[in-house]
Amino acid sequence: MGEVKLIATTQSLFCTRVEWALKLKGVEYEYIEEDLRNKSPLLLEYNPVHKKVPVLVHHGKPIAESLPILEYIDETWKENPLLAEDPYQRTKARFWAQFVGDKCVFGAFEAACLAEGEEKMKAIESAQESLAFLEKQIEGKKYFGGEEIGFLDLAAGWIPHWLNVMEEAGGMKLLDAEKFPSLHEWAQNFIQIPLIRECIPPRDKLLEYFNASISYMRSLATS
Amino acid sequence: MAEEVLLLGAWASPFTSRVELALKLKGVQYKYSDEDLNNKSPSLLQYNPIYKKVPVLVHNGKPIVESQVILEYIDETWQGYPLLPKDLYERAIARFWVKFIDDKCWPALQKVFIGEEKGREKAVEEAYEVLKFLEKELKEKRFFGGESIGMVDIAANIIGYWLGACEEATGVELLTREKFPKLSNWIDEFVSNSVIKENLPPRDKLVPFLRHRFGL
Repeated sequence: MGEVKLIATTQSLFCTRVEWALKLKGVEYEYIEEDLRNKSPLLLEYNPVHKKVPVLVHHGKPIAESLPILEYIDETWKENPLLAEDPYQRTKARFWAQFVGDKCVFGAFEAACLAEGEEKMKAIESAQESLAFLEKQIEGKKYFGGEEIGFLDLAAGWIPHWLNVMEEAGGMKLLDAEKFPSLHEWAQNFIQIPLIRECIPPRDKLLEYFNASISYMRSLATS
Repeated sequence: MAEEVLLLGAWASPFTSRVELALKLKGVQYKYSDEDLNNKSPSLLQYNPIYKKVPVLVHNGKPIVESQVILEYIDETWQGYPLLPKDLYERAIARFWVKFIDDKCWPALQKVFIGEEKGREKAVEEAYEVLKFLEKELKEKRFFGGESIGMVDIAANIIGYWLGACEEATGVELLTREKFPKLSNWIDEFVSNSVIKENLPPRDKLVPFLRHRFGL
């Protein structure tokens, strides 16, 4: 089906979700690690607008933004469909993917790493409100996609690992197993899947990254 | 089963307008219900409990929210006029630009028109940077969608119409023909398109509304 490259970084949850999609579909690809502190000419050429990862390059043509990339992958390679056939189910998956895959990530990061004191309490409350919505969506289901993982599982897939590490770095708990039993169970099931597990970055490196973000934000506050 | 399509919207909202435009382009019959956003209806709160916003499309009793999600739903549910291109790569690029418009353009424009005067110069510079990308993306095309209006054009209605109305309401000049010749041409094409112009809120109603909204 032609040459596929993925420009990415190991720490980025946005990149890993693309890898998961490619692996699920059995797509061969070349992984190109990017150093975001010293962006390559390749990245700047392929994503001049945002200069960010991930960028998928197929037949030499680049696509940026993880959710559009996932849609592209699903439309191009038909094995193991990520989105359902039914338009309403697809719509629900898209809506929730934007909610959990974009908005919730920043909410969680803010609660864990950026906010302090009363702001932190508010951010935690807000993040937990979001998780409550998600809990309702997963209740009674093994995965968001049903019996098999799908689009929304990949978009929410940062929760079992990245959120967990953010919580450790930020010294707080968002995904409370008592408050969100179904979501918690989904997280355990999801992260056990071999192809999911094999793509996640090592915990210690990720913790280092989040700790560094916290220190950096604190230094900005006091400078 | 008789098809029932209901749109909950706000007449001044560009996001509502996007959905109306898409429905009209597809020739879908629908009922429109205008929301008073200062006094949200029980229906709205029931259909969109997470964001409590318009637009909400309700198709045979099932609600869909968030304008880009609604546009994709409309394109997949009703045949006829295609909102997204057939080519898979072009579709990915269209989705990228729709996201860009919502994630980057909209906040940048808000900062210019709603933000404080002392930060205005900086906000204008930032908005220029964002608009330059769209100017470049137009290339020699008549519309972002090529020869005819597509999903990116619909999403860019905030630039196609609301931006001009905001400029008039505030007296702040942002998108000049000199700086953005291609976008200016595109705006002309956009507002003169027969389907679009029938479905835009009247300018003489919108401008005072925006002035009031901006506290001017």
